[in-house]
Amino acid sequence: MTKTMRAALSLLAVTVALNTGVAVAAGDTARGENIATQGNGAGALACTTCHGPDGKGNAAAGFPDIAGLNADYLSKQLHDYAEGTRKSPIMQPFATALTEDDIQSLSAYYQSLQSPVSAVAYRAPDPANQGEWLALRGDWDNLIPACNQCHGPNGMGVGNSFPALAGQHASYLKGQILAWRNGTRNNDPNHLMKGIADRLSEQQISAITEYYAALPEQLAGQAEEKENR
Amino acid sequence: MNLCKSFLSVAAISLPVLVVSTLVHAAEPEVDYQKQLPAAPEGQITFEPPQERDIPDNQYGDMVRKGRDLFVNTQQLRGKNVFNGQNCVNCHLDAGRIASSAPMWAAFGMYPAYRGKNDKVNTLSERLQGCFTYSMNGIPPEAGDETLVAMETYFHWLSTGAPINQALPGRGYTKLEKPEDGYDREHGAKLYTEQCAVCHGDDGSGQEVAGQVVFPPLWGDGAYNWGAGMHRVNTAAGFIKANMPLGKPDSLSNQDAWDLAAFVNSHERPQDPRRRNQESLDSTANTFHNHDGFYGKEVEGKRLGDHDNYGENPGVASK
Repeated sequence: MTKTMRAALSLLAVTVALNTGVAVAAGDTARGENIATQGNGAGALACTTCHGPDGKGNAAAGFPDIAGLNADYLSKQLHDYAEGTRKSPIMQPFATALTEDDIQSLSAYYQSLQSPVSAVAYRAPDPANQGEWLALRGDWDNLIPACNQCHGPNGMGVGNSFPALAGQHASYLKGQILAWRNGTRNNDPNHLMKGIADRLSEQQISAITEYYAALPEQLAGQAEEKENR
Repeated sequence: MNLCKSFLSVAAISLPVLVVSTLVHAAEPEVDYQKQLPAAPEGQITFEPPQERDIPDNQYGDMVRKGRDLFVNTQQLRGKNVFNGQNCVNCHLDAGRIASSAPMWAAFGMYPAYRGKNDKVNTLSERLQGCFTYSMNGIPPEAGDETLVAMETYFHWLSTGAPINQALPGRGYTKLEKPEDGYDREHGAKLYTEQCAVCHGDDGSGQEVAGQVVFPPLWGDGAYNWGAGMHRVNTAAGFIKANMPLGKPDSLSNQDAWDLAAFVNSHERPQDPRRRNQESLDSTANTFHNHDGFYGKEVEGKRLGDHDNYGENPGVASK
């Protein structure tokens, strides 16, 4: 394949990715940005306080990256925090202080931010790379499907129920897997994550969470390498 | 691993059966198809395919990897040999390795196989071509095509150490006894909404992201066609029971699995390609559909398969 053709194809891939990311979000993005940066004046502090100016979160504190997250998924999580079906002492008071309109606007705003991953070309995983293998092939001896089977190619997220994992902080991902395991998080559809969290070993949890956290950088490195070839 | 072993032995006891097709050319479908091989024997599943890290680093190994990649990413043949949204790995989980979903290591040694109905010895290539014609709603690669060579090399490698011409426990899909009172589409519909729609969509069309199929379509134009083994209710029930929802194998009762299979398989899908050479829906149904399926049956006031929609398949042989 020629270089220009390859470049054109990767451009195409990015365009497709962005277009699918921008699914219909009901909320008002500008209003969402306003609340995200200034709070809603009714008890919900600015989201940027913890999630950062670009929604990228904070690895050390375990605050998740919510940039580019599917609006329906984010909206469900905010509702679940408010109703207590997803437990978080930090998020609950803020979520409770948000109106329905606020939630829709915020979800639309965060979905509109750029997500870290869009490349989707198939690539066979390296059996020696445990995290990559789990993501692309799973561990079927222990009935663990490949993470990407539900979370999509490169863990970029699928629809409104399977959030993006690529670029998510390992600390946050690890916290969620442990929360499913011990039952403090159980708002997953059809409890699809519970059994998987139970069956993942400690070592697998480390490998998979670190894999996804580092994936955008790794993909960028590969793209660069390809270009220079 | 313990969990897996006990799960697999349950699968073994329930007598897996491989649904088999014979060669059917795109242009000239033959009369036989899907006569089932004799039931796989009961017993502990002991065979373990080799690990991928041990694929040899030589030309043979390169072909194994190529076949593996075609198996898990069959969509790379979309528009050439594949004309729907399916990958082999959708129905043969873990890249064709696990016993509950018709593993390739158990199929490999069963071919060539004589099929009485068309009085012909069918090769593995011909069996694979059948998969392309029906499950992939496609145009099969010609015998000797590198696509088939690669896939067969992958199966050959997976079967390292497996006996030849000897049925192995774990072959095919788990056979589920049909519930005494039959199956209930309406209950299946309810279960589908509760447990399946989150991935496969309310309309059964699956989900894609950035143009890549993530959750395969179960009915409609992107699904397996009316000739595929999976359109049979018994086959789908066995698959569902042992594998669905993903990550929750064996969580549904036998009845639930049958009800779901009946619901999913009582929707429209691309026409049976053998219909092209048949006079009518009736003759197609009478010739090829004497099994547990909805082809030609009336569901909600409409007769299934009564159309000439072959999905994306243009109906001409590929080169």
